[in-house]
Amino acid sequence: MTVRTVLQSADITRALTRISHEILESNRGGSDLVLLGIPTRGVILAQRLGRILESIDPAVGESLASVGSLDVTMYRDDLGAQPTRAPSPTQLPASGIDGKTVVLVDDVLYSGRTIRAALDALGDHGRPRAVRLAVLVDRGHRELPIRADFVGKNLPTSAEERINVRLREIDGIEEVSIES
Amino acid sequence: MRHLLSTKGIDRATAVGILDVAEDMADVATREVKKLPTLRGKTVINLFFEDSTRTRTSFELAAKRLSADLVTFSAKGSSVSKGESLKDTAQTLAAMGADAVVIRHSASGAAHVLAQSGWIDAAILNAGDGTHEHPTQALLDAYTMRKRLHGVASRGRDLDGLRVTIVGDILHSRVARSNVWLLEALGASVTLVAPATLLPSDLSTWPVTYGYSFDAALDQSPDVVMMLRIQAERMSAAFFPNAREYAREWGLDDERLDRLRADTMVMHPGPMNRGLEISARAADSPRSTVLEQVANGVSIRMAVLYLLLSGEREADQ
Repeated sequence: MTVRTVLQSADITRALTRISHEILESNRGGSDLVLLGIPTRGVILAQRLGRILESIDPAVGESLASVGSLDVTMYRDDLGAQPTRAPSPTQLPASGIDGKTVVLVDDVLYSGRTIRAALDALGDHGRPRAVRLAVLVDRGHRELPIRADFVGKNLPTSAEERINVRLREIDGIEEVSIES
Repeated sequence: MRHLLSTKGIDRATAVGILDVAEDMADVATREVKKLPTLRGKTVINLFFEDSTRTRTSFELAAKRLSADLVTFSAKGSSVSKGESLKDTAQTLAAMGADAVVIRHSASGAAHVLAQSGWIDAAILNAGDGTHEHPTQALLDAYTMRKRLHGVASRGRDLDGLRVTIVGDILHSRVARSNVWLLEALGASVTLVAPATLLPSDLSTWPVTYGYSFDAALDQSPDVVMMLRIQAERMSAAFFPNAREYAREWGLDDERLDRLRADTMVMHPGPMNRGLEISARAADSPRSTVLEQVANGVSIRMAVLYLLLSGEREADQ
């Protein structure tokens, strides 16, 4: 087994900063934006993106509706094939998501099934004006017609390899590595 | 978890885990679409050999909120009233492809029999068996206590140090039994209060203290007072002289209500006999959690159905 570090702390910060600028560019500012992280690490990334967006443009801080989390456990299509998963809390902004631009945030985009579940979950909470997807790593191997709007790093992998995203808040260290 | 038959043997981490899942289930009731697709294609059968309103309705709502298909059998109006045995009923349900059977039965141990007989391969949920156990009631009681204590910060918490007094017909109460084991697992301490005729003859193996005087128990200023229903249908002998004497000695009347702290919870599993074990003012007071218990029951049953029916099926031990 070999482990190769592909993104270090500074790379992750740079990628998130670039994604923040891209979000503001595509949304033409920070109005009616909602960032929803998918547990567990997507929530951390969404919080960081929220802070970077505020630091880029303090005015965004006020109009940036909220940073929350969206649990997709109950919407997964593989519940019967895996040990029972404990759900995580879903936290949406008090003003709801109707008419907002929701940016889903996750650490790794792989088969696309998690995002499919997230889109279904979102539909049960309201009707956003648009839904975008931001991921730190896109490793390919999609099984559904889903793509990310904002990508930190494209990492071509083989299906046998594992991508480990470690973030300071949860893991104590900060890196993205490939295990093969 | 393969079945939910009893709260005895559930450890603290598992119990807190179930209550935490119920927190997430409770959030569903506040959403625009009050339904999850999680148990699509699963069949849940409610098998009720005894009368019930809130438990049956609660399980029905829980199964429907999780998108399971649900059928309710009650003894009246089914083949059971023609003399069909539990075995034949179980095998019939198995042949129909039930994934879970929620059973309420007047015989203690009926749910265990169903789970261990091999007649049916479904997950079995005990919704009350005779005078033995009623695990989902204890779980919703614990959830209600935790919610009153910690509010939105309930996730991950146990009930360490909480003092709970359970009053009434302990002898016939499956609610009391399930609560005793679960509260012990969660770290609460339990005091049982009842006339001597309505206490089990040997309490030495129960993790509780007990007494015969309600007033003496109230002097200890408990955090929770749980009143039990006087179950006329299980009273085969004269356990107390008459209802008025019971109400005077062991009922939560207005005078006793006024002795409670403002934050003491008054709980009752329902249905209530107003004026007998609980006065109308006590039942309707802000201390009363009766309606919260009913609302929380749906979340708890959703959590249990989810935990039993999702994931790979564990093999029988």
